[in-house]
Amino acid sequence: MRRLVPGLRKAAPQLVCLGVILFFNWLAFPGFFDLRIQDGRLFGSLIDVLNRGAPVAILAIGMTAVIASKGVDLSVGAVMAMAGAVAATMTVADHPLPIVLLSALAVGVACGLLNGLLVAVLELQPIVATLILMVAGRGIAQLITEGVIVTFNDPGLIFVGTGSFIGLPMPVVLAAVLALVAVLVVRRTALGMLIESIGVNRSASTYAGINSRLLIVMIYAFSGFCAALAGIIAAADIRGADANNAGLWLELDAILAVVIGGTSLLGGRFSILMSVLGAIIIQAMNTGILISGFPPEYNLVVKACVIIMILLAQSASLGAGWLPRRAPAAKSKEA
Amino acid sequence: MSSRLLPFYATLAIFLLAYGICVFQFPNMLSTRVAGNLLTDNAFLGIVAVGMTFVILSGGIDLSVGAVIGFTTVLIAVLISWYGLHPLLAFAVALAVSTAFGAAMGVVIHYLDVPAFIVTLAGMFLARGMAFVITTDSIPISHEFYTMLQGLYLRLPGGGRFTFVGGLMLLVFAFGIVLAHFTRFGSYVYALGGNKTSAELMGVPVARTTIGIYALSGFLAGLAGVVFSLYTSAGYSLSAVGVELDTIAAVVIGGTLLTGGVGLVAGTFVGVIIQGLIQTYIVFDGTLSSWWTKIVVGLLLFAFIALQRLLVVLSDRKRLLRNAPT
Repeated sequence: MRRLVPGLRKAAPQLVCLGVILFFNWLAFPGFFDLRIQDGRLFGSLIDVLNRGAPVAILAIGMTAVIASKGVDLSVGAVMAMAGAVAATMTVADHPLPIVLLSALAVGVACGLLNGLLVAVLELQPIVATLILMVAGRGIAQLITEGVIVTFNDPGLIFVGTGSFIGLPMPVVLAAVLALVAVLVVRRTALGMLIESIGVNRSASTYAGINSRLLIVMIYAFSGFCAALAGIIAAADIRGADANNAGLWLELDAILAVVIGGTSLLGGRFSILMSVLGAIIIQAMNTGILISGFPPEYNLVVKACVIIMILLAQSASLGAGWLPRRAPAAKSKEA
Repeated sequence: MSSRLLPFYATLAIFLLAYGICVFQFPNMLSTRVAGNLLTDNAFLGIVAVGMTFVILSGGIDLSVGAVIGFTTVLIAVLISWYGLHPLLAFAVALAVSTAFGAAMGVVIHYLDVPAFIVTLAGMFLARGMAFVITTDSIPISHEFYTMLQGLYLRLPGGGRFTFVGGLMLLVFAFGIVLAHFTRFGSYVYALGGNKTSAELMGVPVARTTIGIYALSGFLAGLAGVVFSLYTSAGYSLSAVGVELDTIAAVVIGGTLLTGGVGLVAGTFVGVIIQGLIQTYIVFDGTLSSWWTKIVVGLLLFAFIALQRLLVVLSDRKRLLRNAPT
């Protein structure tokens, strides 16, 4: 409780932003805040925002750790497509559900390990290292599905995407559990601080005795895991694996969510919950544009304007200490 | 210096080897027809890759180019088909818009001091979104000037066609090579990519150069949009999705270091042609799916980045040995 109040104060800009967006949504659609219970689960626009935002929130959880370590993971969209493809094809081949889920998640972790090895051992720039899988990943997903959209009817797998648990849609539950576990792991142990120290100065952290190489590999593997989970949800949601379109552009949404959440792209201090909040803000915006009757095409323009505004805010507050660790000397030619 | 050119020679060797294998398997690939089509089909990619080479040489990245191409095709199609403008005038408007767009991104990158990655990401959303806002339909362009440009080609011995757009791409590459290696602007770009702080201390006008680089990239993306609209005779807001990745891949495969400062414009040409060759091979083979292109390009990317990494490590070690006290 002690730490809640300063935490809320730090999150004030994002909470105000979410509030304003929800207010406009309410103006456009007066029934926006209505919730009702039907067939033992909650329904309503708010729940819909959470449900649709869950995959990006899950991606953002992994992406937060990656960005905090001064990296970026561009491959998450392609990994989603691969994990979805694996889940769908294995389900069609009548493998039991646990094996299907484990295999799909294992594919994600393997992709993450590959990224992590490229970044930590070969010391490639993260953008470049993950670009490889971003380009090749969709091709591999096509290879798995053999170029068709694999559809399935397995109730177990579909439950992951559209089922409900204690009244909430399954994707929301999964995202919430993942966020909770991740926050506990990074904040109740020293792990979060180690990640931040790598992001601020990797060589200094290594000299201080942190096994930065192993930690970076683990971070990317975690991001791959999150991407695979999001991919399974996305595939289960539409009851099919679309290697071309599953997770398309979602890497950008995930990065945007992390940036909205206030984690600097230059590494260092991070907050997983704030990134999840960022993902919810993005989805609230998407939903708002849809229900207010604007064509969905405006979505991208609005998103671009939001990024520009955040950049301006971060830049203007450089001297104001909003991002205390961003000293001029730390601004390398990253990106 | 020669070890820095090694990636370029490696690319060239791989291209010749790959072409040799292709010709060995399908003798028909050694014809002016295939060569002409390679130039025509990859013209827009080549043009935009020249701009990307400058951006990457300066240590930056431009993710907006694919979206700018899409936006340009829509803008041109709308100006010609809806407002009845002459294509040349439409081209001029489109190029002015795309150049201004690139320059604006350069201004943000330099003066707000934010990573190019995130600025051009916003630019990508903005350009693609604006294209959607104009129209989501595919607008056909039918104008006699277009038909004239599309029919403009030199017949090569052996039946190949050296088309206008293919020639335009070669012209842009020639322009890029001159700009990179024989002008002050080119030296500034290399200096900026080598080390921004030293460049600034040495008197390189960083602001002007950065804005110039992104304006150039925007201009060439616009020109690529013009070529794309000539190639497809239409403007469509979803055209050229993902071209930014192909472009970056072409630049990297061409031997330019993604950290900036090292690379050749000519290398990018080979990188573009290698990608075209993979596609041509898949067409000739007939049984392979087009997604193999992506996998092979990914593998090539990996191979080249690993090679570059190895060279950097080796040269570091050499320098250490040289400087070590005996």
